[in-house]
Amino acid sequence: MSQDLEPRIVVFACNWCSYAALDLAGVSRMKYPPNFLVIKVMCSGRVDPQFILEAFRRGADGVLVAGCHPGDCHYIEGNIKALRRMTLLRRVLEGFGIEKERFRLEWISASEAEKFVRVANEMYQEIKSLGPLKLQETV
Amino acid sequence: MEKPKIALYWCASCGGCEEAVVDLADKILDVVNLVDIVFWPVAMDYKIQDVENLPDGSITASFINGGVRLTEHEHVVKLLRRKSKLVIAYGACSAWGGVPGLANLYSREEILRYVYHEAPTVENPDKTRPQLKTKVEEEITLELPDLLPRLLPLDLVVDVDYYVPGCPPTPDVTWKAIETLLSGNLPPRGSVLGASDKSLCYDCPLNETKPDKVLIKDVKRPHEVLADPSKCLLTQGLTCLGPVTRGGCGALCIKAAMPCTGCFGPLDEVIDYGGKAISYFASIVDYADEEEIKKVLGKILDPMGVFYRYSLPASRLRGKIILAER
Repeated sequence: MSQDLEPRIVVFACNWCSYAALDLAGVSRMKYPPNFLVIKVMCSGRVDPQFILEAFRRGADGVLVAGCHPGDCHYIEGNIKALRRMTLLRRVLEGFGIEKERFRLEWISASEAEKFVRVANEMYQEIKSLGPLKLQETV
Repeated sequence: MEKPKIALYWCASCGGCEEAVVDLADKILDVVNLVDIVFWPVAMDYKIQDVENLPDGSITASFINGGVRLTEHEHVVKLLRRKSKLVIAYGACSAWGGVPGLANLYSREEILRYVYHEAPTVENPDKTRPQLKTKVEEEITLELPDLLPRLLPLDLVVDVDYYVPGCPPTPDVTWKAIETLLSGNLPPRGSVLGASDKSLCYDCPLNETKPDKVLIKDVKRPHEVLADPSKCLLTQGLTCLGPVTRGGCGALCIKAAMPCTGCFGPLDEVIDYGGKAISYFASIVDYADEEEIKKVLGKILDPMGVFYRYSLPASRLRGKIILAER
């Protein structure tokens, strides 16, 4: 039964590259699954690991953090900070028992609408086959 | 005038918080002069029945330490909540789960199986396990409390008015909290009593040696390095959690050249202590290459134990997601 539910995937997209790529995908009429809830942030370096944990807490089945390619960050090294944080966060998510397919960090430049569509399709397929993320009821 | 009534109770804890109360030393006599202790299983011979006989709301404050792990804990804390005007989560375990809360990385069954069958020091050929009910004689049945599926911080079981942080709270913090409560001038509900509003770094005697921008090339565990006690421990590659931990402890560990492990818990506005700690600690690793970053951070062998040492049950995800169906 649970396999029929559509996954909800949260995207944190940086203002300067990745959000523009998502826009480009839209105006270019590219198709990708409608399961992505996009949150624009100024920089991938603004994404606190707490945001991702909170997204999972509130029912996200997957989280994608998208930023500029290394060297292209509008703030010089915000994306490198994101890379460091997400590298450690990945191990913590594993500790919590969250499958690695549910979380991705991708570099998507403003012209890479196709890359976003590819990543979105992959994440959708992988998370759909995993099924919904079930948090243990606590109280 | 009648003295205010105080109750003290322990749930899943090591007893250190009880010790911390006794560590008030001669001040404990002042406390005893000012209040009547109506329930304190560790030190005084009152029974649960005595609490049940009190009118609702007649206890001024209940100090509860330890996380809620057994049905018995759940029963007593709910009872104390009903009988008390104020409930205070005393110590890290009660506030966020503490060290016993790391058991939330395992299911109830995994814990029981390990403790009664698999631990190397256990010899149990009959595979005996404690039963909730045991008939010892005709008409005499003994009962044991049941293990809850997970350890819960106090505020997930009952409403908590105030928190006193620490593992255990220092005598200074405990005394300040008691003074605040007795003053009658109570801070807003949910406040942390007795500690600082700023991070430990503000109080830290090594703060002056901290460069404006801390960057580290390597991560070390405390036993791998002879730490220089006069230099910021972070700059020496130790995982000091001072920047994200509430101050007020007097930097006791730092003064002994041990990095902060975070027992005073998160600052206001932080929703997930471990998440915040990861955020800050990873960002100071001075590499831009993914493989180098992985290598350095890989030296933290147990990230759950380092960053969620005192707060796993209070984290956003509460503990390991146990995939029963898979």
